[in-house]
Amino acid sequence: MEHTSLLERILRGIALTLVVIFFMFPIVWILMMSFQTNETILRIPPQLVFKPTLANYTALITGKLTTAAGTLDIAFMRNLWNSVFLSVTSVAVALLLGVPAAYAFARHKFRGSEDIAFTLLSFRFAPALLVLLPLTLYFQKLGLANTYIGLIWVYQLICLPLILWIVRGYFEDIPADIEYAYRIAGHSWFATFRKIALPLAGPGIAAAGLLAFIFAWNNFVFALVLASADKQPVTVGALAFITSSGIQYGQISAAIVLSITPTLALALYAQRYLVEGLSLGAVKG
Amino acid sequence: MIPSALTISGVDKFYGPIDRGVHAVQNLTMEIGRGEIVALLGSSGCGKTSTLRMIAGFEEVSRGTISVAGRKVHTLPPVKRNVAMAFEGYSLYPPLTVRENMAFALKAAKLRKSDVDAKVASIAKLLEIEDILERYPSSISGGQQQRASLGRALIREADLHLLDEPMGQLEPQLRAVLRGRIKHFIKERGLTAILVTHDQTEANALADRIAVMEGGVLQQFDTPDMLKQRPANLFTGTFVGEPPMNVFEAYVGTAADKINLRLPDGLSLDYDKDAFSGSVRDELLKRQRVVIGIRPYAVRRSKDGVPATVSANQWLGDQTHIAADFAGGSLVLVEHDRTRLELGAPINISIDPKNLHVFDQSSGMAISHGMELA
Repeated sequence: MEHTSLLERILRGIALTLVVIFFMFPIVWILMMSFQTNETILRIPPQLVFKPTLANYTALITGKLTTAAGTLDIAFMRNLWNSVFLSVTSVAVALLLGVPAAYAFARHKFRGSEDIAFTLLSFRFAPALLVLLPLTLYFQKLGLANTYIGLIWVYQLICLPLILWIVRGYFEDIPADIEYAYRIAGHSWFATFRKIALPLAGPGIAAAGLLAFIFAWNNFVFALVLASADKQPVTVGALAFITSSGIQYGQISAAIVLSITPTLALALYAQRYLVEGLSLGAVKG
Repeated sequence: MIPSALTISGVDKFYGPIDRGVHAVQNLTMEIGRGEIVALLGSSGCGKTSTLRMIAGFEEVSRGTISVAGRKVHTLPPVKRNVAMAFEGYSLYPPLTVRENMAFALKAAKLRKSDVDAKVASIAKLLEIEDILERYPSSISGGQQQRASLGRALIREADLHLLDEPMGQLEPQLRAVLRGRIKHFIKERGLTAILVTHDQTEANALADRIAVMEGGVLQQFDTPDMLKQRPANLFTGTFVGEPPMNVFEAYVGTAADKINLRLPDGLSLDYDKDAFSGSVRDELLKRQRVVIGIRPYAVRRSKDGVPATVSANQWLGDQTHIAADFAGGSLVLVEHDRTRLELGAPINISIDPKNLHVFDQSSGMAISHGMELA
């Protein structure tokens, strides 16, 4: 960087500031909205100075939404818990199934292996709405509609291909000879998978898991159709804030702040881990 | 007979479907005695590494059997074969230090810690890596990684030690020193080692016997001396030896007590029949067309020789390589003095008939060799 002139640095600073404002503005604005009432939010022109209130958060946490038309029960905390449970379980199941599968696809070329891998990837090609109708019918017949198991199953359409394809690439990047060296020193292939392949692909698995978590967390349409109120995640639950007496912007904002907090925290934590993992796992050869 | 450490019999390797895929190793049969050091020598793609990997168990054997120390192992997983291997790409475990990498297999074999430490210390001394034992693979040079990888293989007590290009990354001086030490180490402990290399000097220096491979076929499996003096075919003849053997097609003519070898471009080498060794003379007289091979060391400049034109002249520090246009091709000769010849200068060369190798013109198989065995 020693060759950059002052002008260049100033321009770079301006560009960076613009980018940061562009990306951060909605989040900051929502954070501000979450501490305001509907009246202050809807004031024109909008004002940066206001008297903060915790009413929105209280309403969400107690589950009582007070509107002009009366008091409404909302299941936001329940929805939040559903989101956490569904996303965590789905990613866990996808990791459990996807990581060994990715290893198999990376290391063992068997007849049809490419076709199977591609079929799994193609799950992500189909528009969700296209598969929803048959899926709903099947699920009702099978008794899976409106169950956690059914939802986690459908979430595999989102998580499994993602994990499989990302992790497979990481496994393929590990020189096979490192594993051979371990095996010839007296270890079974399973021990090699656990002690060599898994740790070396760790950063990749973490990245894939994180991505899958975000996709699962943000899913809307599967849960909208396949789950009723008590199984719905926050993405669907947020619809409850559009009431007959108006849209509750304050509560929506608070709900958004609460629902992006877990993913944001996870992303920040995993980012640190990813950088560490990548610099430790430098494999020469 | 020496007990067999490794028996490979009728082994084929196909990449892809059997009989239709790439035929990487073809009907390979060889036997290696206990305590022998054998080099698999060949250019890339000749099947030497595939062979090594089949012995180790990383590649499936398409056909045939492999036995290590009398046990059939070709269907066993690597862990049950009791072989150690040093990998061409080093393949050290990144999260472990050099010491841990080397001690690794010993710990897995439940050796006492004091024994492990002693072994690591002695191998580290042998390979001159004592000062990097506590370092991680990512922080040491390629040559150091290679030595660590070699150490990780040599430290084990196994029925077979497989070394894949074990010294490719080392500096020349160190390589020469280590070759000697490693050979001594292997011999002293009575280990059996198979090394894969494309470096003839390394094969010559380390190996008791060399298996020359080309196109997946074992061309010849013999001692370094025999490979030089009794090449089985044109391939080994021209592959082994530096600079390579000169080869020319020749028509055999006889006149009275003379044999003349007529080369392309109208040149003719005339010799007394008695000038050849017995078998070479008899074989030549039976044939009309042959391929003759002449080692560069057996070609001399002499006033009454046949004419050639200098096309290159290199002083290598201890010998001069002279290339000359000769008989429609190129001929290389070696002189031990520093010779300075102008490009295009005419020279006359003579070839000692006692040093001729004679090959069959169509099959390339050796027919007869002039040189007496050393």
